[in-house]
Amino acid sequence: MKIAVTAQDKNLDSEFDSRFGRCKYFAIVDLDTEECSFTQNEATIALGGAGVKSAQFLAGCGVSAVITGHVGPNASRALEAAGIKVFIMESGTVRDAIAAYKEGALTQVSGATTDSHTGLNT
Amino acid sequence: MIISIASGKGGTGKTTVAVNLALTLMETESVYLLDCDVEEPNAHLFLRPRLEGSAKVTVPVPIVDEEQCNECGRCGETCAFNAILPLGKHVLTFHELCHGCGGCALLCPTGAIREEPLEIGVVEWGHAGSISHIHGRLKIGSPLAPPVVRAVKKHAQNRSLGAVSIIDAPPGTSCPVVASVSGSDFCLLVTEPTPFGLHDLTLAVDMVRELGVNFGVVINRAGLGNGGLVDYCRAENIPILARIPFDRKYAKCYAKGGRLIEEFPEIRKILQDLWHAVCVSAERV
Repeated sequence: MKIAVTAQDKNLDSEFDSRFGRCKYFAIVDLDTEECSFTQNEATIALGGAGVKSAQFLAGCGVSAVITGHVGPNASRALEAAGIKVFIMESGTVRDAIAAYKEGALTQVSGATTDSHTGLNT
Repeated sequence: MIISIASGKGGTGKTTVAVNLALTLMETESVYLLDCDVEEPNAHLFLRPRLEGSAKVTVPVPIVDEEQCNECGRCGETCAFNAILPLGKHVLTFHELCHGCGGCALLCPTGAIREEPLEIGVVEWGHAGSISHIHGRLKIGSPLAPPVVRAVKKHAQNRSLGAVSIIDAPPGTSCPVVASVSGSDFCLLVTEPTPFGLHDLTLAVDMVRELGVNFGVVINRAGLGNGGLVDYCRAENIPILARIPFDRKYAKCYAKGGRLIEEFPEIRKILQDLWHAVCVSAERV
């Protein structure tokens, strides 16, 4: 099973990124093999619909959950349609996020947790 | 003759110049006033036109028949705004992100996508004395101003031949401003002699130069701030076509929805001189 973490840099000890659609990197973690790969998020420069584009990328990666800070209404709709669960956390590294997920310590949310364009302003 | 009135910074006096220039010219010219600040049109507060008609503005947005979808994914690939998201046979549409280009429907090989009009605003028109007044209003919640701006200009296009059309543009330098200023014969950039006014003027100058529109500067609240603005215009060889002095009595008149030229003859004179300067500048090209 694969999950994704939004990240500010491309290693396990980098801070997680609280933005979803315009996060800098996606960490794609295979929980069975413990492998983790980082991909730069092309949606950071999207003209619009960054959350939709990011959700589409994650759907293509075959992840079943994403850990991030907040999701807007369009991202939330797209993730739900793609069958990707959303877990939120406030701060920590990518490594912390994965550990917290495994412990079941993260809160799963349904629906948007913030307004559109939050990631453009932070 | 089409004159657009723009600024970088908001609140510099675009509408003051647009409305009072229209009122000054109505004695000698056929005048159209197009309020293209469709997110918050306000010229009507000063002109108080009698509205005579209105028309809805729509953009075509995609409606998908998932039964016909063959999962090719082309609709999602072509959309620059991520307004359509194919997830296998399930296709999500985000109409508020859609710019109505029609690319998805055009590229769909099975004809699963048809387009429906989505109302994003309205164009209204009427008269204030002999001035033909047209403005657009973007529907609350709709983010897409340029089609409403273009609809305002289109409404005026054929009717205003031979007239002077004054376009009151939105502030800033983004798409709605570009849509307003494009195609003008001349652009007046209204600014104020403050560091903020100067900074945003430089952005607006870059924009009008990119658009290839001839332009000049109007300094409002002249006497405030410092000399940076005049130095900049001189260095860039930009003509300063008018100066409206900073005076509390003008602000008071504006705040109660008054018309400056009716209360202050010196403003009428400034705008008459501005009009002559614009005509000279426009002819020189």
